[in-house]
Amino acid sequence: MAELSAIPPKTEDRPSALREFWYYFSENRGAVMGLWVFAAFVFCAAFAPLLAPYDPTEQFREHILQPPAWQEGGSWAFPLGTDPLGRDMLSRLIMGSRYSFFVGIVVVCVAVTGGVIIGLLSGFAPKWIDTMIMRVMDIILSFPSLLLALVLVAILGPSLTNAMIAIAIVFQPHYVRLTRASVLSERQKDYVTSARVAGASKARLMFKTVLPNCLAPIIVQAALSFSTAILDAAALGFLGMGAQPPTPEWGTMLAEAREFILRAWWVVTFPGLAILVTVLAINLMGDGLRDALDPKLKRS
Amino acid sequence: MSLLDIRNLTVEFATASGKFRAVDGVDLSVDKGELMAIVGESGSGKSVSMLALMGLLPWTATITADQLSFEGIDLTKISARDRRKIIGKDIAMIFQEPMSSLNPCFTVGFQIKEALRIHLGLNRKERHERAIELFDQVGIPAPESRLNTFPHQMSGGMNQRVMIAMAIACKPKLLIADEPTTALDVTIQAQILDLLLRLRDEQGMGLVLITHDMGVVAETAERVQVQYAGQKVEEQPVKDLFRTPRHPYTVALLNALPERATSKLLPTIPGVVPGQFDRPKGCLFSPRCQYADDLCRSLPPTPHSAEFGKARCHYVEKIIAGELA
Amino acid sequence: MTAPIVQASALARFYTVKGGLLSKPATVKALSGVDFDLQPGKTLAIVGESGCGKSTLARVVTMIEEPTSGSLTIDGVDITPSKWAQMRETVQIVFQDPYGSLNPRQRIGQILQEPLIINRPDMSAADREARAREMIDLVGLRPEHYDRYPHMFSGGQRQRIAIARALMLNPKVLVLDEPVSALDVSIQSQILNLLVELQERLNLAYLFISHDLSVVKHFADDVIVMYLGRAVEKAPKEMLFAAPRHPYSKALLSTTPRADPEAKKDRIKLEGELPSPMNIPKGCAFAQRCWLATEECRTAPPDLSGDTHQVACLHPLD
Repeated sequence: MAELSAIPPKTEDRPSALREFWYYFSENRGAVMGLWVFAAFVFCAAFAPLLAPYDPTEQFREHILQPPAWQEGGSWAFPLGTDPLGRDMLSRLIMGSRYSFFVGIVVVCVAVTGGVIIGLLSGFAPKWIDTMIMRVMDIILSFPSLLLALVLVAILGPSLTNAMIAIAIVFQPHYVRLTRASVLSERQKDYVTSARVAGASKARLMFKTVLPNCLAPIIVQAALSFSTAILDAAALGFLGMGAQPPTPEWGTMLAEAREFILRAWWVVTFPGLAILVTVLAINLMGDGLRDALDPKLKRS
Repeated sequence: MSLLDIRNLTVEFATASGKFRAVDGVDLSVDKGELMAIVGESGSGKSVSMLALMGLLPWTATITADQLSFEGIDLTKISARDRRKIIGKDIAMIFQEPMSSLNPCFTVGFQIKEALRIHLGLNRKERHERAIELFDQVGIPAPESRLNTFPHQMSGGMNQRVMIAMAIACKPKLLIADEPTTALDVTIQAQILDLLLRLRDEQGMGLVLITHDMGVVAETAERVQVQYAGQKVEEQPVKDLFRTPRHPYTVALLNALPERATSKLLPTIPGVVPGQFDRPKGCLFSPRCQYADDLCRSLPPTPHSAEFGKARCHYVEKIIAGELA
Repeated sequence: MTAPIVQASALARFYTVKGGLLSKPATVKALSGVDFDLQPGKTLAIVGESGCGKSTLARVVTMIEEPTSGSLTIDGVDITPSKWAQMRETVQIVFQDPYGSLNPRQRIGQILQEPLIINRPDMSAADREARAREMIDLVGLRPEHYDRYPHMFSGGQRQRIAIARALMLNPKVLVLDEPVSALDVSIQSQILNLLVELQERLNLAYLFISHDLSVVKHFADDVIVMYLGRAVEKAPKEMLFAAPRHPYSKALLSTTPRADPEAKKDRIKLEGELPSPMNIPKGCAFAQRCWLATEECRTAPPDLSGDTHQVACLHPLD
């Protein structure tokens, strides 16, 4: 039996999982750009109070609707201009990134946790429970997501927290379906059978054996729905059902500025651009993640 | 002039960690009506070299060859369009998994008629008649009604017959069979191998049989080449190969077969086939070879003459003479 | 003669398959009425083509599936699903595909320790690790492999790991479900040798499922040939390979390719294919492909008869 040890194993030279991941990820240039923008976004959110030149709610009465610095009438004191109440746009946008980031994180965490647990249960449960769970999820999926979120917020009352809860509930079914699908395919594999032959309990099979092998598609989906969550929260804010003024949430800022669209383009354009760039960056990054994590798309 | 002539074929894949050489300087020639077997373990590049010939490799692959000619036409020199006219019509290929080689959405009749329409441009009635004729030729019972069945309604053996019918639809001059019976049971395997041999005799086509199964080689092939880690290490007529294998790898491989065992413990080849990260500098078999010395580990050997089975080994003559034990 | 470690009598396993909207549910008789005894330290091989029920038999003996009828006795205990948990330590299994049978997210150490964590909760972590390291050595792997993930290993090494995991609980019976058919010839011989050595050292009983007759001829002590869920022939290896008595066994032996181009070939070419297991013919299942079949064969399935060399055929070969 010693014959195998005659040859020194050379597996050390094989690239580590992380390096291989980075190789595939970095092949997608859009994804790398997305990653940098996202990093800047996270940085803004983390150090917002230090980066913002002013308090986002402080009103400079003498500078109402001042245009951005490079336009006639603007000044470098307010690089991106001020809003109708004389608040500094730049400071509000920087602080707004905090809310957006917060919304994304909370919504994704709640939706993933709930969705994964329900998905695992329905993948392992007897057929009738599985059917019941899946029909409930189908019902949730059959509503337009924003409409359902609106209804939920209308019931719970308009606030940022309630908007996040509503969005999380709307997102849940995607994770349930995704988890269940990968559980069903993983369950067939021999390593699960051998865990059963070793006597593993249902709970152990679900969480220790199967779950870690289902995570890759869930991570990709989580990255992509981070951006959708930001978008939906902004939409709810715009409709007056999310964060309430004077919170400098991007969607709420858009709603407040609606009547000035023709007179002062900057009050609508900058929050809109902020949403666009963030969502685009996260989506690009998510695509890169999928290329790197999904073995089916990998080149031979 | 041989039907297919490949000289010094090399295929490299670009991967996450540099280039991987899957096929390394392989030569192959097949005559009309000849059955050539390529035998080797997984990772020996036996399928990749044929996929390279067919132009079926992904874009990450770089193919180089001194010569790649079919009936005297150099395939590397002609346009992609001219190439496609030859491949699929004059050269056909069948694969290991008959179930996944057929489209599950369409009836087998539709699929074979589609192939006939594209390559031969027959009209509807001619296609139907030719399809029945082909099914009959490959031994599918009740061909007329079988045309309307879907792949999942038939067994693996029947699907492989359909694949063969599609492959021979254009009367190819060369048929490449990549592990055609590996997914099938032995009684069905015997039927399919017989069918391939019969078709070769009837149509006079060249046949390249890629397999890992020494038993299949022994029972069907005429000439055999053994591949190891992307290189051709030996080539001999089948009887000579099994009687007097030349390369130490072939010797060890044949000895490791359970049916040649003399005791309960089998002779083994230690270690594994080298992969991308542990490719030896000299002879690729040297880490597993009982005769290997410093020369083998530093200098790659070149093939010997046909008398010594074209073996890629520094010490073939000495091993045969029994000077190395 | 010692007492058999596994005894099966009239073991059967049927599946109900729901038909489409209009068709009735059908019954698939994957395994119908198989008997065998397995002695400690011996190897019983189950041979047959796909769909003959050999893998179902493996799953029933490993207590992954409950038999529909018949009785199974392991180590003197009559097995019912309530006994499964306590008997897990006695019977373990090694699967065919070494790539699917190891959890890709667990290190080798964790994979090997898992059976102990589940079945010996009072064992200390240090003892578990010591046992796992001992097992790594026993199956011919190296100590540094302990902390690696399965994807860093070749097929043969993975199969060694799968064998090590199966042995962690000191089982008395190992079910080997095509353990070498996914491996290359040069690796196959390494694994077969390992299994032979382990059997001698640990006095294991093997239930060896295979379709490869040359491996069975080399490895087994007794052989059962199965066709469509039934045993058609049961004999010690030497007797079966010297003179098969069932026409199917004879055909199977003659069509197995031999690595000797100069051997004379007198293949018996079987016509047709396996009937669907949903629709097994009434009489002998092999009758429609058999060249010796008579009217009598098509009426009732014959039972195994004979002493040491048993055959289920009305017209056995001599």
